[in-house]
Amino acid sequence: MRARVLIRPKAGILDPQGQAVERVLPALGFEGVRNVHIGRLVELDVEDPAHLPAMCEQLLANPLVEDYEIVGTGEA
Amino acid sequence: MKFGVIQFPGSCDERDALAAAARVGDAVLLWHRDPDLRGVDAVIVPGGFSYGDYLRAGALARFSPIMVEVERFARHGGLVLGICNGFQVLCEAALLPGALLPNTSLRFVCRQVDLIVVNAHTSWTGACARGDRLSIPAKHQTGRYWAPDPVLDELEANDQVVLRYATGNGFNGSSRDIAGVCNKAGNVLGLMPHPEHAVDPLTGSADGLRLFESAALIAA
Repeated sequence: MRARVLIRPKAGILDPQGQAVERVLPALGFEGVRNVHIGRLVELDVEDPAHLPAMCEQLLANPLVEDYEIVGTGEA
Repeated sequence: MKFGVIQFPGSCDERDALAAAARVGDAVLLWHRDPDLRGVDAVIVPGGFSYGDYLRAGALARFSPIMVEVERFARHGGLVLGICNGFQVLCEAALLPGALLPNTSLRFVCRQVDLIVVNAHTSWTGACARGDRLSIPAKHQTGRYWAPDPVLDELEANDQVVLRYATGNGFNGSSRDIAGVCNKAGNVLGLMPHPEHAVDPLTGSADGLRLFESAALIAA
């Protein structure tokens, strides 16, 4: 299976990258932008998608400071 | 006292750590693929950019073969010091609580900072007194210490906050100005600033040597 793992800073943890982008967008004329957060995207082909949560817990994310979301995207 | 300094691909401060340790004892370089710790009495996980800091700082080094031995050694009371990237590795390995996040400025900062010794009863601070001020360089981009508030409360209650940035010296946004924490037993210490770069007055300060002397006291 082709899978996509979305990794984000946990809510409540200061995200200076998101804040910096949020400050710049209005300067370009894009008003009304809130809650910008920047994370990571990992794409991978896996034979057994059941392994994905453990991969996230042990390596792909740091569960103390990051949330992860696994999205299946079809056949590898 | 025999210190072992681990070199990962991408380590860059292992030579200074070796030289610092050699001032108070014997010091050998360990390779990250070594199957054992060659009988050392203390392990130093040095600074640098192990595995290029890919994925997250310290995340990949934590799975190096030698880390299995370091974890066993630490859990049996062995002395372990993680400096900068080494601190990140020890947090990723859950040998220390919390995590290191990018500095709030998102910049790499290199400067001399003053640290306050908060706990002088750990294996790595026994040669200090509580309240001592140590002048030591810091140089990192990912040094914002973070843990959930209940964990921070617990760390303070257990005396696991070992070093704090002195007032006006914090620059990375660390929770409660924390610069270094230890495990519950006090044998494993991690800190972001670099004691191994401050061991000779020639380079501005020899305060960092106190941590190495503390470990040597244990063996004496």
